[in-house]
Amino acid sequence: MADILVYSEKQAAALELVFKGKELGTALGMGLSAAAFGPAVADSAGAFGAHGADRLFVSEDPALEGLSVDVVAEALAQVAREAGATMVLIASTRRGKELAPRLAQKLGAGCVTDVSSLVLTDGSLVASRYAFGGNTVARENLTTELKVFAVMPKTFEIDGPVAGAGAVVQAALTLQPSAAKMVSRRPKEGDAVNLDAAERILGVGRGFAKRDDVGLGEELAAVLGAELACTKGLSDFGWLPEDRVIGLSGAKTKPDFYLAVGVSGQIQHTVGISSAKLIAAINTDKDAPIFQLADYGIVGDLYEVLPALVEKLKAL
Amino acid sequence: MDIVVSVKTNLDLQMIRIKNREPVLEAIPYKTGDLDKNAVEAALQLRDAVGDSKVIALTVAESNRKVRETIKEVLAMGADEAVLIVDPALESTDQAGVARTLAAALQKIGSYDLVLFGEGSSDDYSGQVGPRVAELLGVPQIGYARKITAGGAGVLVERSMDEFIETLEAPLPAVLTVVSEINEPRIPSLMNIMKAGKKPTEEWSLADLGLDPAAVASSCETLSNLAEEQDRKHVMLEGGAVDQAAGLVNALLKEGILGR
Ligand SMILES: Cc1cc2nc3c(=O)[nH]c(=O)nc-3n(C[C@H](O)[C@H](O)[C@H](O)COP(=O)(O)OP(=O)(O)OC[C@H]3O[C@@H](n4cnc5c(N)ncnc54)[C@H](O)[C@@H]3O)c2cc1C
Repeated sequence: MADILVYSEKQAAALELVFKGKELGTALGMGLSAAAFGPAVADSAGAFGAHGADRLFVSEDPALEGLSVDVVAEALAQVAREAGATMVLIASTRRGKELAPRLAQKLGAGCVTDVSSLVLTDGSLVASRYAFGGNTVARENLTTELKVFAVMPKTFEIDGPVAGAGAVVQAALTLQPSAAKMVSRRPKEGDAVNLDAAERILGVGRGFAKRDDVGLGEELAAVLGAELACTKGLSDFGWLPEDRVIGLSGAKTKPDFYLAVGVSGQIQHTVGISSAKLIAAINTDKDAPIFQLADYGIVGDLYEVLPALVEKLKAL
Repeated sequence: MDIVVSVKTNLDLQMIRIKNREPVLEAIPYKTGDLDKNAVEAALQLRDAVGDSKVIALTVAESNRKVRETIKEVLAMGADEAVLIVDPALESTDQAGVARTLAAALQKIGSYDLVLFGEGSSDDYSGQVGPRVAELLGVPQIGYARKITAGGAGVLVERSMDEFIETLEAPLPAVLTVVSEINEPRIPSLMNIMKAGKKPTEEWSLADLGLDPAAVASSCETLSNLAEEQDRKHVMLEGGAVDQAAGLVNALLKEGILGR
């Protein structure tokens, strides 16, 4: 019996894929293995088992320290062979997204990254991903025998997991350390923000002329009870941290309300807001593409409209 | 140092209109990949910092017509040479096929210390080609670079991961992919645009690389490619800023967003 193999350096993301993997495995008649690397990973076998994994392949091989992408890819290729896996699910974090294609290349596998849904159709798995920069969603079918899918985190909700055997297997790996060495590592600055869960979001873009002016947006967000988010255009200036970016390379959100201020509405941004229930936009340019996606539009200068909005909201 | 930078030509995505959920692709102009231009800029800055180096732009496409402007643009930005792999069989290839073609082209070029990519293409944004090429060449890869410094026998790369900034060191040759915040790509001057046409450009087919069309056949079958459905009200709020603000607040009250 072939297996599905699940891996992510982030345990929460791995468990989500284990849960989905169990569902797929049951439907396809495949077993479910997971892999975890690093010290004390065997301790989490219980959690993997409870979410549906039959086997958890673990390794503390020193070559895996720092999780160099070439070494992790080699380790997973060896685990995939040992487990008899024909399908690998990886979480499409930045680390996962650079790992999946390298692993696929090693295995001679087809690969789809940034997968936003995995659906079993006529006995084969169809993976959806954004195409044309987010203009469309392509449904892909890999015709290779081995398949690697890098799935965006939080694509699946864990709901009443089905337990698997949860056996721990020491993976028999032969690894060389990577030629690339980690010199240092520090957490990114900025308060942690969870845009995926936010009910109201105020998105700011390059319509703000100066870094200090973004304070106008912060003030409005506060009275609106909204989370502050931004375009990549703005974060590239360094005015807000990257974890506040919405879009193709940022968060995919589904708030009740999204207000776009000084945002042009290029497709790579709007792909992250298209699931919002209600969208309003403020932009000086009446032809800005954001208005095509807006329920309510204000053609106007944010420097005039924002203070007026703050005043009105405070008076409620 | 020999720096090869891989560039892709895609449709101008902002020009794509949706009709009955289908993208309308006729008469859409081509454009050089945005992140690829960041990669070119990074290559040029490295070349100038290191000295005694050259930048080769490398591209893969089904026709010369598609990539002509891209090559002109990156040569005008300052790349020293260009290599085009042009073959009709590349029309329907996938990321694995592109990677195989690029790796074969790099082997034919013979000398590469650094191979640079954008972190993803503007259209597919799959991020697959760089890592696949690294694996085919058997060299280390460092993705999401936001600062690259050459030194000694290798490179020092600061990269932007989900929650961490990491600094890594790798010997050459190595494959790097860059994020957009690494730099602001230069806009070529008129003079450099004129000079670009005289720079050495090679064009090879798959056969020149010893590849047959089957080697680049796609293993990814696209079943459908449609826009998500959007149903929006498109109400424009008129008047001065104060009226517009009042209009929006009223709308939010009516929609049940405010006032619970
Ligand atoms: C591979 C790839 C991935 C990408 N991923 C993302 C992503 O995840 N997220 C993302 O956001 N972008 C992403 N981008 C970038 C995206 O293409 C756009 O460049 C970006 O979203 C534009 O940001 P912006 O709207 O802030 O800036 P601009 O496009 O410059 O728009 C600024 C807007 O402000 C308006 N304006 C100016 N002054 C005022 C004023 N006083 N009052 C009101 N309005 C004003 C202007 O009319 C304009 O419409 C990506 C690009 C690529 C190539």
